[in-house]
Amino acid sequence: MVKIGVLGLQGAIREHIRSVEAAGAKGIIIKYKEQLTDIDGLIIPGGESTTMRRLIDKYDFFEALVDFGKQGKPIFGTCAGLILLANDIVGQDHAHLSLMDMKVERNAFGRQRESFEAEIDIKGVADQFEAVFIRAPYIMEVGPEVDVLATYQDKIVAAQQGHYLCSAFHPELTDDHRLTEYFVKMVEK
Amino acid sequence: MSKVGTDRVKRGMAEMQKGGVIMDVVNAEQAKIAEEAGAVAVMALERVPSDIRAAGGVARMADPTIVEEVMNAVSIPVMAKARIGHIVEARVLEAMGVDYIDESEVLTPADEVYHLNKRDYTVPFVCGCRNLGEAARRIGEGTSMLRTKGEPGTGNIVEAVRHIREVNAQVRKLVNMNEDEIMTYAKELGAPYEVLLEIKENGRLPVVNFAAGGVATPADAALMMQLGADGVFVGSGIFKSDNPANFARAIVEATTHYEDYDLIAKVSKGIGTAMKGLEISTIAPEERMQDRGW
Repeated sequence: MVKIGVLGLQGAIREHIRSVEAAGAKGIIIKYKEQLTDIDGLIIPGGESTTMRRLIDKYDFFEALVDFGKQGKPIFGTCAGLILLANDIVGQDHAHLSLMDMKVERNAFGRQRESFEAEIDIKGVADQFEAVFIRAPYIMEVGPEVDVLATYQDKIVAAQQGHYLCSAFHPELTDDHRLTEYFVKMVEK
Repeated sequence: MSKVGTDRVKRGMAEMQKGGVIMDVVNAEQAKIAEEAGAVAVMALERVPSDIRAAGGVARMADPTIVEEVMNAVSIPVMAKARIGHIVEARVLEAMGVDYIDESEVLTPADEVYHLNKRDYTVPFVCGCRNLGEAARRIGEGTSMLRTKGEPGTGNIVEAVRHIREVNAQVRKLVNMNEDEIMTYAKELGAPYEVLLEIKENGRLPVVNFAAGGVATPADAALMMQLGADGVFVGSGIFKSDNPANFARAIVEATTHYEDYDLIAKVSKGIGTAMKGLEISTIAPEERMQDRGW
């Protein structure tokens, strides 16, 4: 059984662990960078991206996370996690981990009252997937190596670049585990 | 077809705040200090609870100018308080695009019988609770998030501890009950039966439950996390301390690593003096905010 970590600084950690275990892998909460050596893949959960970034810096996680990705180990970022993976963020001079070649906009669908759920198709993963968007970002542009997996109203909401996967919505908040299962398969390869 | 304001969307927003600290702020400058320190959200207010307590009189929804100023200053979610049962204050905050409304006992109640029907709104709500009965009634009315009431503006953690222990003890009792005992328990608690049934089936509350009402130090925040809170609200504790930026950062770190005592010791060193606290027995019964709500 593969071991998948969920970055445990802040956000929807418990839900991702539940989803990972439902998808047939072992879920481990990662609170310290030393734990990264024990896992085969990592999920960066939804939460507040500014808060997570501060805690990543505070606990010296930054280099360790970039190295983890550069070693070829899969990373899946959801919502705030997607923002952390991008190499270009609208309105900010500096991006965070910069592991995926894409430009993203934060809170792009609006504030909480505009948050919504909708059924979307995710290419090669799932049709009619129940996607929950909460103050969600979207991807404005992707580089040539990024594969667009899903759009909603012409906005890119899921993408993959090699061993990196991201979604603007929250697959951990429903009982539909197909996207997490897809990530578990990426880790198993 | 997209749907806004569903339970999943409203409760999900609170799930994203877990493990984080939500800070009371009264202007843009404080909001930026909070965001910089790593707050997951800010609560925009006209006065922090300890000042509300000191000022006396009627405490109402903040001036929309302040709420707007805070919303423009930060990119993290902004919450604001409406009086218990004040339909129009809540609708005004919703219309302004506030991300979460606290139907709060810190303000003077507008209705002494009824709370808001929170299912009617697209914006999610957080409500205070001291026990499972209050928690279940608020869930029945449609709150998407709970918090302990504690005793706001005191810097004294004792009431928040009492409330989180009480709620969690009652949840444990409920989960271990036979199903045929639940209706009578619902009657005793004044709680909706269906909500209790759902809690029993899932083994936990259906919404997150944060700590609030008396958190003044990093150790207080960590204590509440250890007792099972999903996150922490800090009202007067930050901007009534000697050094708000230091206190804010230290409380965020202690909340993340609430079981790492070396770290809590480290972040608590030299951060200045915490807010001056109030002993609960010195507060006249009619001035206890936790008794507001029905």
